[in-house]
Amino acid sequence: MWEWLIKFASPMNFYLLVNRFAPWLGRAAVVLFAVGLYGAFFYAPADYQQGESFRIIYVHVPSAWMSMFVYMTMAGAGAAGLVWKTKVSDAIARSCAPLGASFTFLALATGSLWGKPMWGTWWVWDARLTAELILLFLYLGYIALQSAIDDRRMAARAGAVLALVGVVNIPIIHYSVEWWNTLHQGPTITKMDTPSIHVDMLIPLLVMIAAFMCYFFALVLVRARVEIIEQERNSKWVQELVLPPGGHK
Amino acid sequence: MIMAKTSGLYLTILKRDLMLGLRNQSDLVNPLLFFIIVVTLFPLTIGPEQATLRQLAPGIVWVAAVLASSLSLDGIFRSDYEDGSLEQMLLSPQPKLLLIMAKISAHWLLSGAPLILFVLFSGVLLYLPTGSMLTLLVTLLLGTPVLSLIGAIAAALTVGLRSSGLLQALLILPLFMPLLIFAVSAVSNVNRGLSVTGEFYFLGAMLVLALTLAPFAVLASLKIRMA
Repeated sequence: MWEWLIKFASPMNFYLLVNRFAPWLGRAAVVLFAVGLYGAFFYAPADYQQGESFRIIYVHVPSAWMSMFVYMTMAGAGAAGLVWKTKVSDAIARSCAPLGASFTFLALATGSLWGKPMWGTWWVWDARLTAELILLFLYLGYIALQSAIDDRRMAARAGAVLALVGVVNIPIIHYSVEWWNTLHQGPTITKMDTPSIHVDMLIPLLVMIAAFMCYFFALVLVRARVEIIEQERNSKWVQELVLPPGGHK
Repeated sequence: MIMAKTSGLYLTILKRDLMLGLRNQSDLVNPLLFFIIVVTLFPLTIGPEQATLRQLAPGIVWVAAVLASSLSLDGIFRSDYEDGSLEQMLLSPQPKLLLIMAKISAHWLLSGAPLILFVLFSGVLLYLPTGSMLTLLVTLLLGTPVLSLIGAIAAALTVGLRSSGLLQALLILPLFMPLLIFAVSAVSNVNRGLSVTGEFYFLGAMLVLALTLAPFAVLASLKIRMA
């Protein structure tokens, strides 16, 4: 098991593995998106209260879910890089940040679009929206730190510490914001906190979540592959990869 | 014996940093000046009505305090980094967490503690009643060490970088938001005659959490940056 993991962690094997698996993840994402979106638009019934506009949850909920999941992946990969000093985990952690920030932004944008007809304004200081906004700031801080440090490995390791500090803080931020919101707002907002969701609405949502997951993993692997190639550009196997076989400069 | 040795180390670094800080008076005074100028901006922009200012005072004071402390963070490690003494400290056989704690304590004594005095003054400017003033002071007493502790992580991560000041602010301001929420709601609870023990416990818990975890993160960050 350990030998296999260490073998996988070598940049060259990672490159070969990504070449094999990323296309399949990409295809799975396309199929799942097609099925999920069809289900979201045609299979799921309209909500008895919100009508057709509830259908945005099929993008909103998976993005919000991914925004947290990607942060955890980023912190986990960063921690693995700190402990085992593997180049691959550093590359994965760095690749997660722009994707996570995009998912967070998508969750905020769709939440805002949904809020306009439901709440009558583009923005409400709702606890979950606020926590999501702070999460976006954490991602952007991570990206700013990455671009400020020139050395890639040092940037990845510094980012790992920052991401771990963020992981400790995310629950605190989440609960403090929730608490602050209940203190300030009161129950003026009718949220879609229905205790259960109808199974016909749930199935497309689950398919969409699976599609987002495949999409994320396909992209993060491809991005990490680029990072690895750039990082290892002076090593022999990358040179052999780029130069035509037999050809010598 | 070991106890005496380690506390000797702590006191040595603390004394050294305090002395350096007190001699470099502009670094000491500038954040405080910044604080009081930011506080002055609010009555000018939202109007001098007593009731409004009194209601907004805790928020204004805390935002100004957070901004001022994020400006002063740059100084924790920078001069030691530039003259190489930080590297020597990390290479020395002394317990490094203690060393870092001494540096953070010195930063708090030079930035957080004098800030509390300036808050008394700003309370007069913003018509804060005495009862709320006392609560505000307690929240600052519990909260400003957290600013120094978490801020030290950002200072360590960005030590030696160009334009590190702005980057530090970007990294830490989101992390300070829970602190602001609890501190400001404690004061507004007092204004409404509600209990504040819950908020004090939360602030205390954040302080304990930051005290136990932040030095490790600072040490890890410094080691990464010095590698």
